[in-house]
Amino acid sequence: MAQQSGALMQFVHRRRRGAELFLLILALVVGVGAYAAVGLGVKGKVPADIVSYGGWLAVLVIAAHIAVRMVAPYADPVLLPIVAALNGLGLAVIHRIDLARGNQLARQQLVWMTIGVALFVGTLLILRDHRVLQRFTYTSGLAAIVLLLMPMAPGIGKTVNGARIWIHVGSMSFQPGEVAKVLLVVTFAGYLVLHRDALALAGRRVAMIDLPRGRDLGPILAMWVVSLGILVFQHDLGSSLLFFGLFLIMLYVATERAGWLVVGATLFVVGSYLTYVFIGHVRERFQLWSDVWAHYGPHTDDLGRQSVETMFGMAWGGLIGRGLGQGAPWRIPFAESDFIFGAIGEELGLTGSLAVILLYGLIVERALRAALISRDDIGKLLATGLGGTLALQVFVVIGGVTHLIPLTGLTTPFLSYGGSSLVANWVIVAILLRISDAARRPLPDLSLPDDADMDETQVVKLT
Amino acid sequence: MNKPIRTVSIFCLLLFLALALNATYLQYYHANALNDRVGNGRVATATFSRERGAIMVGRTAIADSVKSHDQYKVQRVYRQPYLYAPITGWYTFGNETGVERAQNNFLSGEDDRLFVNRLVDLVNGNATKGGNVVLTINPAAQRAAYNGLRALGPDVQGAVVAIEPSTGKILAMVSLPSYDPNKLADHNFKKASAYATQLSKLKSQPLLNRAIQTTLAPGSTFKVVTASAAVGTGRYNSDTLVQAGPTYTLPQSHSVVHNDVLSGCDSPRIPLIQALEFSCNTAFAPLAVKVGATAMHRQAEEYGFNRSYLDPDQLPGQAVSRYPAGEDAPNTALSGFGQDSVTATPLQMAMVTAGIADHGVVMKPYLIDSLQSPTSFETLQKFSPAQLSQATSSSTAGEITRMMVATVQSGTATPAAIPGIQVAGKTGTAQSGLHNPDGTEVPPYAWFIGFAPAQSAKVAVAVMIQHVNQPTDEIHGGTLGGPIAKAVMEAVLNSHG
Repeated sequence: MAQQSGALMQFVHRRRRGAELFLLILALVVGVGAYAAVGLGVKGKVPADIVSYGGWLAVLVIAAHIAVRMVAPYADPVLLPIVAALNGLGLAVIHRIDLARGNQLARQQLVWMTIGVALFVGTLLILRDHRVLQRFTYTSGLAAIVLLLMPMAPGIGKTVNGARIWIHVGSMSFQPGEVAKVLLVVTFAGYLVLHRDALALAGRRVAMIDLPRGRDLGPILAMWVVSLGILVFQHDLGSSLLFFGLFLIMLYVATERAGWLVVGATLFVVGSYLTYVFIGHVRERFQLWSDVWAHYGPHTDDLGRQSVETMFGMAWGGLIGRGLGQGAPWRIPFAESDFIFGAIGEELGLTGSLAVILLYGLIVERALRAALISRDDIGKLLATGLGGTLALQVFVVIGGVTHLIPLTGLTTPFLSYGGSSLVANWVIVAILLRISDAARRPLPDLSLPDDADMDETQVVKLT
Repeated sequence: MNKPIRTVSIFCLLLFLALALNATYLQYYHANALNDRVGNGRVATATFSRERGAIMVGRTAIADSVKSHDQYKVQRVYRQPYLYAPITGWYTFGNETGVERAQNNFLSGEDDRLFVNRLVDLVNGNATKGGNVVLTINPAAQRAAYNGLRALGPDVQGAVVAIEPSTGKILAMVSLPSYDPNKLADHNFKKASAYATQLSKLKSQPLLNRAIQTTLAPGSTFKVVTASAAVGTGRYNSDTLVQAGPTYTLPQSHSVVHNDVLSGCDSPRIPLIQALEFSCNTAFAPLAVKVGATAMHRQAEEYGFNRSYLDPDQLPGQAVSRYPAGEDAPNTALSGFGQDSVTATPLQMAMVTAGIADHGVVMKPYLIDSLQSPTSFETLQKFSPAQLSQATSSSTAGEITRMMVATVQSGTATPAAIPGIQVAGKTGTAQSGLHNPDGTEVPPYAWFIGFAPAQSAKVAVAVMIQHVNQPTDEIHGGTLGGPIAKAVMEAVLNSHG
């Protein structure tokens, strides 16, 4: 008995770095192949810079792989290849839109990807143990608030497409909300690890659910107010939803109390109603969504053009798509950023859209798996939070683009054109890999030397 | 903490499932509905990039699609642009006119009759092609009509319509001035629309198909309708003496009607045949009053006035010719020689002519002979002749024919005579009743109608000249229209041989 359970407890994860390398090569085939297909589809020939482009992509991916091999050998082998595939596909699609519009955004995006991979490697090198992040609970919280407030500052803040979520310094522009997202996860995780016991105390029991105590409502109310503030002052519906949803998920996981979900859902409904009634911007979005056909074409305000063109594009793509370079994704406004999923749906078809959705699903699954097997609370909360943000963000943006829910305006992680988002998401993956490395790493060998007297010595506790 | 993490996993799974289902709905279940929506630019572009079927005259394509090296891959080309523009119309992105519009579905390949072809193309991996449309036009007659009108000068405005009386097939349809549909079908849409604007600003209205869209007073050619109504009452035949004279004062009025021709009408009573030969206004005005407004109106409608008969799947945009109901006596008198409120298109006058030629039976006119499959040129549908009405009895038609033959032999219509063949004809020189801004009267319209051979007609033709750069006193239906009608009839008769 003792030996059996001992064997179970000593189940050791394999490193699987070879598998990761193999999957990375597949991911490169996706990225470089898509780039070549775009050239073939648009101009009838493979792009002249395919070797240098493919080479650079390979260098980035291999560099990331080597870093993982060196400093996080037990990390999850699937995450990096998925991210590489999505990033490569995104680059190819941005390049495709560039060819139609005469832009050079793909080149810039490749620079951002390079920065992203550099930060990924840097994060893995510097952050040798994710538990140290707990020390920065309040620092990162403060940093997140400063970042969120920066677009409001006169001089550097700028309103783009109705949302005040950008800062401009010189020729550089940046969406601080993307970085704030990561910092907020760290803050929430650190805070909840410390206060989870208090927050988990049950209050009144209503319909089988333990509601939390009234005096513990402070943090969630604060988060609710912050989310509403982002909506009111920055007109950023997407981030507002994302931050609140994120906090709710982490609170629920930390306390294991479904009651918090009830409180959160109530606050969400109240918030939604209030914003619908009092904020014109939100009401507009909702009405646009509920009757988009009244906002398309001549003799209308044409506000629904991007949604309708996306739907037309996806329908036109059908099951297998028009083929890269052979659709008309330039008809969709912002096809290279927020609406990139529409471009993928049109040119790669339902097959492509489902593949992309599946890849995102896998990222979230791997993140939550790392959370499950993580041996410490902060790791569990961090992984859940990071996985949860990705899931929420993907749902909000793809759901919005495909007209499932009202349009909010977030970037599609790893696919959309946009430096801040890409860089922030690469850091998220680095943190996830760090957590999964710690979770999968074999335990230190605590067993006694063989000559010890087994009858007299027993292992009392392993962890 | 693992239990809530598992719950969160299931929640995330549901989110992704919703996304996947929604994508499947958009790209599979709902895709066709979205593709069919009005305003879907992608589908419109794809249709525009499809190889469209040809419009054929006999075995010659007058409009077809050739490869182009731009976004749209194919370019519509009109082979004899000015000659056929009023018939073919033009085809451009999101707009088409003429036969291009009438048979758009078939030409573009979307028609149900092409379903099997589409299926075969799909299986073989070929792009869908549109079907071919074969016109009833006789190329020789079309060319003769066009050349004849053009010979009247560069500024001529007019139209010619020729019909096969026994079937209603349109053998020729010419309208001048014409335009170049190739320039309107240019893929440089800016250039094309500049040309369209330029055309639409011209006072000569080249975009108008005068053969079916211009209604003018038919003048003396309408006298055959009056004669037909009179003989149809049973009280008249070609030898019946009718009131004539140098002038005729309209009932309840002091307005006086004169004759264009100086001799032949002056006797107080002349035979009806002589009244038609010399086109006596002073005879047909009282004749119409005697026949009565009701009978005149009924007769005109039986020939096709006040009706639409050219189906939109043949040629869209037909203007309706008018003969108002319930006219008072003075107006009825004026209508007797095709003035006042009577207006007709050249097509309408060709149908009157064809009705008389076909023993009183007016056939429904049609322009499209058959529809053929894209590559094998196999006939998928043949349009068959249909009767529009029995306008008058066979014997009445025979009497009118006799009078019209005499008109060509010894009356005003001699320029249309063809040696060795009996030709029936009638001229018309209609007062426009309009005034130029400078106060001068707008010159009269010259008309000519006729058919040949008189006993078993192969062709009926109507010529209308709305404007020609000639002195007003030289504008006569016989001298201007007669030779054109003759050339068209000869072209048809020779090609039948």
